[in-house]
Amino acid sequence: MRVADIVTASILIFLGGLVLADALRLGAGWGSDGPNSGFFPFWLALIMVLSCAVIIVQAARKPTGRSFVTREKVGPVFKVLWPATASVMLIHWVGLYVSSALYIGFYMRWVGRHTWSAVVLLAFGIPVTIFFVFEKWFYVPMPKGPLEAWLGY
Amino acid sequence: MGFENILLGFQIALTPFNLSVAVLGIFLGTIIGVLPGLGGANGVAILLPVTFTMPPTSAIILLTSIYWGALFGGAITSILFNIPGEPWSVATTFDGYPMARQGEGGQALTAAFTSSFIGAFFSIVLITFFAPVLAEIALKFGPAEFFAIQLLTFSSFVGLGGGNPFKTLVAILLGFILATVGLDIVTGQLRLTFGFTGLMKGFDFIIAVIGLFGIGEILLSVEEGLSFKGSKTGMKFRVVLDTWKILPRYWRTFVRSSFIGFWMGFKPGGATPASFMSYAFAKRFSKNADRFGKGEIEGVIAPETAAHSAGVAAILPMITLGIPGSPTAAVMLGGLIIWGLQPGPLLFKEKPEFVWGLIASMYTGNVIGVVMVLALVPLFAAILRIPFAILTPLIIVVCAIGSFAVHNSMLDIWYMLLFGVIGYMFKKLDYPIAPLVLALVLGDLAETALRQSLILSQGSLAIFFTRPIAGAITTLAIFFFILPAVTPWWRKFRGSSPPATHTSQS
Repeated sequence: MRVADIVTASILIFLGGLVLADALRLGAGWGSDGPNSGFFPFWLALIMVLSCAVIIVQAARKPTGRSFVTREKVGPVFKVLWPATASVMLIHWVGLYVSSALYIGFYMRWVGRHTWSAVVLLAFGIPVTIFFVFEKWFYVPMPKGPLEAWLGY
Repeated sequence: MGFENILLGFQIALTPFNLSVAVLGIFLGTIIGVLPGLGGANGVAILLPVTFTMPPTSAIILLTSIYWGALFGGAITSILFNIPGEPWSVATTFDGYPMARQGEGGQALTAAFTSSFIGAFFSIVLITFFAPVLAEIALKFGPAEFFAIQLLTFSSFVGLGGGNPFKTLVAILLGFILATVGLDIVTGQLRLTFGFTGLMKGFDFIIAVIGLFGIGEILLSVEEGLSFKGSKTGMKFRVVLDTWKILPRYWRTFVRSSFIGFWMGFKPGGATPASFMSYAFAKRFSKNADRFGKGEIEGVIAPETAAHSAGVAAILPMITLGIPGSPTAAVMLGGLIIWGLQPGPLLFKEKPEFVWGLIASMYTGNVIGVVMVLALVPLFAAILRIPFAILTPLIIVVCAIGSFAVHNSMLDIWYMLLFGVIGYMFKKLDYPIAPLVLALVLGDLAETALRQSLILSQGSLAIFFTRPIAGAITTLAIFFFILPAVTPWWRKFRGSSPPATHTSQS
């Protein structure tokens, strides 16, 4: 927990530093007709960096408590995260509907060990339902790929 | 004024189309409230694109109805599954879940829904009377007053939110910084883009809400190991009637909790502390104080009444000042802007049918809501029995759809994932999420108000103190900012032990 606290605060200080640099480039003071573009970000970043420094000092003075996350627990988190990332990647090529069908089917089979019939039914049914609700009823278009093009959408 | 306005509102809210919109909204909202990872704020955010083609009044009725539904849904999971769907439902689990375990789930749910209804109704009545008055006052506000109110908004997170005040401060500042990314509307310069075209349009808070609250919440619940050990519901009509017979005995609790809820609620982040405060007060004044925590019906009534009273009260600053009181209200505010309305006091003058339609729909929505949830509890409870391996990808896909639909941008789906990871990290490290979202929403408004004030005063910060209303508000805000610093000394001085602190997020 302590290490995670210090690392997070350090990352925020780094980001704050970037903001400060850009704010100074834009001018953080008084311009010809009021505060410059960098004025507001400059003060925000300055106070944020100072607060993060306090958080680091607080964390460093605290005895090491429970760890941020244990090895057994971080497994399931990645098991959610990487298929989700992969499916977002897939949207670029095959569109949202096909990607979510593959994603839902894969996840159901891999994590849930559901029967193939349930997997096929839901992996097909959910994207089709989404298609009709968003695309047809509410006219909210989603990214589409070659399959939808082939079907004429 | 007054009476004919609300009558006009009811004429709008009671049209068949708007009524069916309310029913649909409450139904979807309750499902959203029951599902882990989805709550009021991101539920409203995901469904926001659906409202783009609707008339604004129907659109806001849909969104507020989703909000009411989500508030009701939180109670179902707290009582039957011991999972608070929303932070302000935590206090409901203390007595609701024991009641359900003892076979009194029906009574607990009836008490919770009825309390929610009464708390909400109380706040709606107050809004009906106070909103026009507050809007009238707010019309005289200049930029200095608006900036002072913004300061007060965020200072109350620092001062009253509990937790580490520095982390709250960092969350707020990070939100404001993210809001400044992109084109500066005043000077036309690009800020903090570092040459990346993807950063030019900035960060949309709707995407942030979906990622931080939706994806972040899922990662967190996966890590904690999802296990739903639900109790059976015996939701019979007789149980409802029998519970209604005993509820009037607790009128004092209802009145007290409603007041606490409204008072805490129109300030930001109020619903969660309101529910805990109300629970603590009820325990203090109850004859059955020792039964609290073991399944006392009063322990369900108090937090539910206060949480809903606060949840509704959060709408008040949104429609009168254009400053949302909760992340959900912030998303609705974003909706207003997208539908082409200017949130703030002028809304009462320029769009009375919108404002009064909204207020009237709060009455109808809560009546429809309490009837619907009482009738459909078994259906909603069944949602939590859907296997986790189906629910997780489904929720993530729905979040992705919501993120994409806002600007039809693939990049937003990536931002959503990124915000999800940030949300997970922040929740683990006790950085509050709600102030970050509010800061992201209010960033532009706050900066504009600050700049205009400083131009008026030619660069002197004294303007926030010399104007009477702004001065009073700024002073109060500064008091809240330094409150966490003085509280330990004050306690030492008084020689009392610090009370138990509660998690604070709403």
